Amino acid sequence: MEKRLLKLKVNGQEYELYITPKTLLVEVIRDHIGLTGTKRGCETVSCGACTVMIDDMAVKSCSILAVQAEGRHITTVEGLERNGRLAPIQKAFLDHGSYQCGFCTPGMLISCEALLKENPTPTKEEIREGIEGNICRCTGYNSIVRAVEAVAKGDYREEGT
Amino acid sequence: MSKYSVINTHVHNVDGIAKVTGRATYTFDVKLPGMLYGKILRSPHPHAKIVNIDSSKALELPGVIGVVTGKDTLGIKQGIWRRYQDLCDEQILPVDKVRYIGEPVAAVAALSEEIAEQAIDLIEVQYEVLPAVYEPMEAIKKEAPEIHQGFERNINVTRHIEWGDVEEAFEEADYIREDWFKCGGQAHMCMETRAAVSSYTPDGKLTVYHSTQAPYYMQGLLAGVLGLKEGNIRVISHYVGGGFGGKFELDGAIFCSAVLSMKLFRPVKIVFTREEDFIATKRRTPMFYYVRTGVKKDGTFCAREAKVFTNGGAYTGMGATALYLTGFFHSFPYRWKGYRYDGYRVYTNTLPSSAMRGFGAPQAMFCSEQQIEWIAADLGLDSLEMRRKNAHYTGYEVPDQATVGSCGINQCFDTVKDWTKKKGKLPGNRAIGFSAAGFMSGGIFNWFDAPYAFSSAVVTINNDGTVELHVGAQDIGQGSNTTLAIICAETLGVKVEDIKVHSGDTDHCPADLGAWGSRQTLMAGNAVKMAAEDAKRQLLEFAYAQSGSNIVYDLDIKNRWVHAIARPERGYDYAELVKKATRGKDGQRIVGRGYYTPHRKGMISPAYSYMLQAVEVEVDKETGRIKLVDSLTAHDCGQPINHLGLIGQLEGAFSMAAGYGYLEYMPYEDGKLMNPNLVDYKVIRATEMPEVPVAEIETYEPEGPYGAKEAGEGLTNPTAAAIGNAIFHAFGVQMKECPIRPEMVVNALKEKEAMGEKGG
Repeated sequence: MEKRLLKLKVNGQEYELYITPKTLLVEVIRDHIGLTGTKRGCETVSCGACTVMIDDMAVKSCSILAVQAEGRHITTVEGLERNGRLAPIQKAFLDHGSYQCGFCTPGMLISCEALLKENPTPTKEEIREGIEGNICRCTGYNSIVRAVEAVAKGDYREEGT
Repeated sequence: MSKYSVINTHVHNVDGIAKVTGRATYTFDVKLPGMLYGKILRSPHPHAKIVNIDSSKALELPGVIGVVTGKDTLGIKQGIWRRYQDLCDEQILPVDKVRYIGEPVAAVAALSEEIAEQAIDLIEVQYEVLPAVYEPMEAIKKEAPEIHQGFERNINVTRHIEWGDVEEAFEEADYIREDWFKCGGQAHMCMETRAAVSSYTPDGKLTVYHSTQAPYYMQGLLAGVLGLKEGNIRVISHYVGGGFGGKFELDGAIFCSAVLSMKLFRPVKIVFTREEDFIATKRRTPMFYYVRTGVKKDGTFCAREAKVFTNGGAYTGMGATALYLTGFFHSFPYRWKGYRYDGYRVYTNTLPSSAMRGFGAPQAMFCSEQQIEWIAADLGLDSLEMRRKNAHYTGYEVPDQATVGSCGINQCFDTVKDWTKKKGKLPGNRAIGFSAAGFMSGGIFNWFDAPYAFSSAVVTINNDGTVELHVGAQDIGQGSNTTLAIICAETLGVKVEDIKVHSGDTDHCPADLGAWGSRQTLMAGNAVKMAAEDAKRQLLEFAYAQSGSNIVYDLDIKNRWVHAIARPERGYDYAELVKKATRGKDGQRIVGRGYYTPHRKGMISPAYSYMLQAVEVEVDKETGRIKLVDSLTAHDCGQPINHLGLIGQLEGAFSMAAGYGYLEYMPYEDGKLMNPNLVDYKVIRATEMPEVPVAEIETYEPEGPYGAKEAGEGLTNPTAAAIGNAIFHAFGVQMKECPIRPEMVVNALKEKEAMGEKGG
């Protein structure tokens, strides 16, 4: 397959990449750009470890080709933090112990962030549904639900905005 | 006010920032200059002789750098039970025979993963297929095929535990009940699949990044199979994407990458796909349990006898330990006048089974706690009161096995009873099931033959008062680095943010047996406490020397404040003391050392946790679908150390235990796992998880640091039985197999209905 030039905007930064069109978005993010915060945990679009935001929507980056994301704004876990200032959801994860091994955390944070963008005051059930596509083998999810609730309640504010 | 300033307070994980910002670098993320990518060719046969391997076509593929097979290895059979040569039975790249589907046969290193994948398809292996056997009850038959030479009837290990006069104790019983149970396997399903990057250099040194629970074990095991000195191998494992018992044996990723790297003198990375992780690692041990229990009319337990046949799969691994522990914890948490356990671990041509969170105890409790519930129903007794009547207590001795240094189970009963009472009457398809359990705080056994202390720690104090804590304990997400930092900070009298924890690197950290069997809080915790006390004593010597106060006054450091205990308001800054002490030592940094090895603590563990769980379950009678509605767990882990970590561990254990109870099924057909992916293998997701409040019953464990003991693994034990007991209370049907699947529930209900019609 012939390689082609791809312009991709990740965390506000424009990247020019030379890739084969069949390359998955997750491969471009991890292997070509080198943002290894985004993980992979399966080959069946089941685990959610590779979740990123495309515009404001959570997408499993193993489920689409990088070329499909051209011209869109991609946010990975690295993009949640601004100049050393953590996003509210990151602070809430710290306070509520919403991670253990941390491998699902980048994808989980993104799913939570996307959920809150779409629905700033979700119910418990809506939070659970919002993260249903992300497997966490360590926490049992409840601490993640509590973190999202805390953000929704306004316990954390965006700094410097 | 708590007497502690750090212990059991709200502390962020010491690696929290790295983990919530994507900075944490796992083995999965490691990339070294000149690195090659490896793939493993796996056996399609459950049992076959390897006649010939031809890798010439693979080597011709552009981008392929090298291929290794068993012939490139020393052919050493390895295993984690190093003291017992016959239990070291696994060549990770076998020389002449494969024993399960998915077993490694050859490995390729190439410029990319894609090329390596194409190359393994070009390797031609000639097999002579042998008859295979998959179930332990078949494999012990005389006519069954021989899987390993010299193991009669494929019996790999047997374990016998007995105390009291069992026959006499049965004679005292008014009622005897016997049941057979079948407990399934379970996949660890760590989010980070098995992964390793090995780099061998011309100076004869090997560096390995590995997603492991026990860097020192990896160092020792690799040295054995590669013919290297332990000291010439460095194992690095800074962040581990989950372990759960599945990552403290050599795996194909670490072994094959090391062998490839030693042949090619290039770094080689191997990451398992999710499918490989399912079919070619290890799993929770499937078990057939026969249980015979005798009790008096009033519910007093007299005797128990258990016979267990486990599906060991193709190799021993840690399975021999699981065989022992299931037998011991099957007696838990009760007093038996007579107890006898006979366990048989049987080789089969399936995925090897080994350690997994709970380590044989979840199977033991699934059988025990359900049978106890049925006995109470048979005798018309309150099952909780019957449990309480027979439960362990502080100071109880399990004959010849263990002494219980602390036990809070009695208080657990009151908590659970209150909760249940408040629930009131439930709808007809809903009920609450109970289950009690206990677990160990690290094993006292050393079949690995480690020459070092079980745990060690070094505390180094910098001139500005910051602290370097070096531990061999391994943080696999359970938060041990945070727990150990808390113990260090509390002991030294500083804050958690003063402590930098160094772990996961055998070149720089002391040896430690690693993260398994719930050992780190107690064992590594004791080592850290001792090291911090050593360092603090050195600091206080200088403080005393300059204080000039009466000898009867004691000094202490708390919250970075050096003071006389009798006059805490008078004092000075800890950093000031550190500077003086360092100067006084002619510029040497203050270094404290600590270690822990259990002595004279029985056969199993220095301390035991206890718990009682209630789970509210709803069942759809039409479909058999199980829904967990609510739960309560009363839990005795001694003095809680890491508040947030404890909650997380307990909630997480519940999700894994519940998965074992009703979701996580591993069906095999002719030795082939039928659902090796996350579409068909179901783990609990957020929508299926109920609330899991925990009521901590505080006790003080004399052997643990600050009175602490196990938390987080033990709670994998009770839940499957509690779900079964809830179904029993809702419908009167007995679930003798786990995971309890919808079709089992539907069939049981139909059967019951048919019996009712017949009877009526």
